[in-house]
Amino acid sequence: MSILDMTAVELAAAIKNKEVTVKEATLAVLEQIEKKESAYHCYVTVDKEGALKKAQEVQEKIDAGELTGPLAGVPVAIKDNMCTEGLLTTCSSRILGNFVPTFSSEAVLNLEKAGAVILGKTNMDEFAMGSTTETSAFGETKNPWNPEHVPGGSSGGSAAAVAANECFYALGSDTGGSIRQPASFCGVVGLKPTYGTVSRYGLIAYGSSLDQIGPLCKDVTDCATIMEVIASHDLKDSTSVEREDTDFTSALVDDVKGMKIGIPRDYFGEGLDPEVKAAVLKAAQQLKEKGAIVEEFDLSLVEYAIPTYYTIAAAEASSNLERFDGIKYGYRTEDYNGLHNMYKKSRSEGFGAEVKRRIMLGSFVLSSGYYDAYYLKALRVKALIKKAFDEAFAKYDVILGPVAPTTAPKLGDSLSDPIKMYLGDIYTISVNLAGLPGLSIPCGVDSKGLPIGLQLIGDCFMEKKLIQTAYAYEKARGAFGRKEEN
Amino acid sequence: MANIITDETIEYVGILAKLELSEEEKEQAKKDMGSMLDYIDKLGELDTAGVEPMSHVFPVNNVFREDVVTNGDDRENILKNAPEEKDGMFVVPRTFD
Amino acid sequence: MEKQYETVIGLEVHVELATKTKIFCGCSTAFGGAPNTHTCPVCTGMPGSLPVLNKQVLEYAVAVGLATNCDITKYCKFDRKNYFYPDNPQNYQISQLYLPVCRNGKVEIETEAGKKFIGIHEIHMEEDAGKLVHDEWEDCSLVDFNRSGVPLIEIVSEPDMRSAKEVIAYLEKLRMTIQYLGASDCKMQEGSMRADVNLSVREVGAKEFGTRTEMKNLNSFKAIARAIEGERERQIDLLESGEKVIQETRRWDDNKGESYAMRSKEDAQDYRYFPDPDLVPIVLSDEFLDEIRAKQPEFREEKMVRYKEEFDIPDYDIEIITGTKHMTDIFEAAVALGAQPKKVSNWLMGETLRLLKENDMEPEDIRFSPENLAKLIALTDSKSINGSVAKEVFEEMFKNDVDPEKYVEEKGLKTVNDEGALRRTVEDVIANNPQSVEDYRNGKEKAIGFLVGQTMKAMKGKADPGMVNRILKELL
Repeated sequence: MSILDMTAVELAAAIKNKEVTVKEATLAVLEQIEKKESAYHCYVTVDKEGALKKAQEVQEKIDAGELTGPLAGVPVAIKDNMCTEGLLTTCSSRILGNFVPTFSSEAVLNLEKAGAVILGKTNMDEFAMGSTTETSAFGETKNPWNPEHVPGGSSGGSAAAVAANECFYALGSDTGGSIRQPASFCGVVGLKPTYGTVSRYGLIAYGSSLDQIGPLCKDVTDCATIMEVIASHDLKDSTSVEREDTDFTSALVDDVKGMKIGIPRDYFGEGLDPEVKAAVLKAAQQLKEKGAIVEEFDLSLVEYAIPTYYTIAAAEASSNLERFDGIKYGYRTEDYNGLHNMYKKSRSEGFGAEVKRRIMLGSFVLSSGYYDAYYLKALRVKALIKKAFDEAFAKYDVILGPVAPTTAPKLGDSLSDPIKMYLGDIYTISVNLAGLPGLSIPCGVDSKGLPIGLQLIGDCFMEKKLIQTAYAYEKARGAFGRKEEN
Repeated sequence: MANIITDETIEYVGILAKLELSEEEKEQAKKDMGSMLDYIDKLGELDTAGVEPMSHVFPVNNVFREDVVTNGDDRENILKNAPEEKDGMFVVPRTFD
Repeated sequence: MEKQYETVIGLEVHVELATKTKIFCGCSTAFGGAPNTHTCPVCTGMPGSLPVLNKQVLEYAVAVGLATNCDITKYCKFDRKNYFYPDNPQNYQISQLYLPVCRNGKVEIETEAGKKFIGIHEIHMEEDAGKLVHDEWEDCSLVDFNRSGVPLIEIVSEPDMRSAKEVIAYLEKLRMTIQYLGASDCKMQEGSMRADVNLSVREVGAKEFGTRTEMKNLNSFKAIARAIEGERERQIDLLESGEKVIQETRRWDDNKGESYAMRSKEDAQDYRYFPDPDLVPIVLSDEFLDEIRAKQPEFREEKMVRYKEEFDIPDYDIEIITGTKHMTDIFEAAVALGAQPKKVSNWLMGETLRLLKENDMEPEDIRFSPENLAKLIALTDSKSINGSVAKEVFEEMFKNDVDPEKYVEEKGLKTVNDEGALRRTVEDVIANNPQSVEDYRNGKEKAIGFLVGQTMKAMKGKADPGMVNRILKELL
């Protein structure tokens, strides 16, 4: 097997067994990046020098027996909204076009402790606002399955990099589906953990109450393994949760006998592509055949999730993005007349259209006279959505459905109508509102040759049930993926 | 469209958000915000009387740090990305309060 | 008949808490660092940084709330107050609007008409802003974030005050209470206590409040009193000339003795408060409140009663000493070291107050230690030094907190107790001042004073005046 076709866990094992060196792996993937970037544009920044230097250091530690973990020596890509000390971190925005953080995010530090080699920073929708990676200020990323299509977003660069073998795994962030949906569009595995499981320290915030970091990777085994490394209770993040059940790999068990799986009828209504529907229901059937108890039920409130999400996320974003003002870091306009003009010009020139749209909306829903009607109303509906999930999880271990209504749209088709684009998030968004874990795993390919994703949703802190179900499904499904030319 | 966003509203929100939109952007923003608000108005269909607004999903409370100095002088790092600095401080247009 | 107006005043008092670190990060709150040397990613709003609450801030805020008879909010949260300004690194300030930590309190003040309660609407926790320095050479301002994130409580009163005197009495009361708690040093000059004044006027007997203005930049009790008088007159003038008072924020210029409106088109005053998603709610248990209650110190009223019972000192002294926490600390510590309460009180009431006044200092600025004051008293008790030497030593102590024992030793100020030597000096003085001797013998009692003085001068002050008197009388 070529190095590039290995999963992260396979590569680490090969390195441990001295079949491959960290440098060989790093060089192989850097070469792949060089070959493929002009076609896919997964990265904003590739840190060739840093990666090779790190590869050397990690190899020494592995040889000295200091690094023995299941990811030691494996090259990884990081979404460009996670701070990396000394390495450009732009959020794919002009306003942070020159920003070099002086500290690394906790999730990245956890990876480094486990012997990761950071290859670079992946492209994304600007400040994670978008579902296609087309809102990036540095050009769109293309879907490796078909470069005329989007990779999804906002973690489109991370998903595409995994699919194109331009890394062995990647970190993404998910505020309304930003890991699961690009994973689905690019035919890789992605997990959004329970809110509070991975520290947000160093993640440049979009919607603070919704943001979570998670893995994008080649299979479920990698997913569980990466989760064990990045999950941590961080005293620097007040919303970080202390958990004792983070032995995620213990759930890599090929057994779903008696697992109660609920299929929300509301996820299979109008707007769902028939091919996607068929693939997802086939996956449910396969799990049933393996002994899972599969039932349909009514989740309710599904159509209210999007307006609730856009109110809350836009409000939080409008505040989170106030710090970008041209004073302490980032872009400052050339010519200005006084303070407020400097603020306005720097921000108007520094932010792209979608970001401005959400900042405007968020500022409006929080403004005097509208707070109760919009923002508080959304928080109340959020409580109802959470309750609907609580009721569902009283009956089911896992909720199964599609990740997105369609497979990856063509480049340029989505941005013209924001509401239509927002509707694409209908199955992923409520998971963030309720703080739940959600996993995306490929379950088929449509007639256009584009991958379809299956979404598994668990109750809070029930990642292991998702991993177990996904692992069993993966075994039933068999190998997946297209052969990326290496 | 049920929600008509006026020029004044766009102007006002621009002041709050510190964004200066071109005429073209303003027209687009009026349209976008109007249709988004129409969409959000859908929430009005739900009776939420008596429902507590939920800002935090989990009952995680009382996260504190002890009152112990843990940070030293980090000025060099803090100023590293400053567009303009002088005498160890960030430079801004002349500002009176 | 001329209309009679009543002034209605409410106060927003910001107090910097005496924590070692900032409210949301582990940076020092110490004064005097070079610009931006007490900063980190959190208090400079770096992308990706997150706040974590300093527990001591909560404890101080609750302690102040309990001491001012507030209801403590058992489920409270932080909110973001959004506004752009360069001293505000995130362009939102973390504060509390919807669920402040304390509500519905009151404190009692003394007024000319007797005791009166001033209601406290709420007390909330928040972070301070950085500092803007105006560059003298170039057309720009500079931002220093050392103060950014220093913890504050804001105490918002009800509009219960009717005069500058009541305002000052209320501020004194708050200051004393907070100082006694050790929650802040409350120095107005240094900005650790700041007051914004909300003021309106209405005709006497009117039921509705008039339109109020908010005045900022008041950094002394005197400035507050002047600003209240100035604003009252300004508003009355407006009303008398048929104009309206506009609800606005005004900045007081104490040098010019006038205020001006702080208005700008860019200043929408719409803060878009919402719960900060980066901080989790605070749930206060009864046990926690009991712990804070148990730690509450003896406040002034209780101290005054106890001093009256325990110490033989005048009521007036008790009032002054208990008037500041620092004075009571010195008093109690010196007494605990064995000094006689009356003598400690005398030093505080006499020389200390005199020197404070001379140097335009506040009692909080007293630098000498109770140990040194006790030593000084012991030196006078043992007649090792006389009264005038003691005053000289005290001045040195007041300035530099010198150890009086060492100082007296080094400077050779000890009283000469050698009676033989003293007798010889007195004999010389008698011989050299025949006129005074004669005056005395002729019944001019006062003449002996001159002779005592001459003897002290000859002894370079190091004699016990009592002994000099006795020997003089004996020889005359």
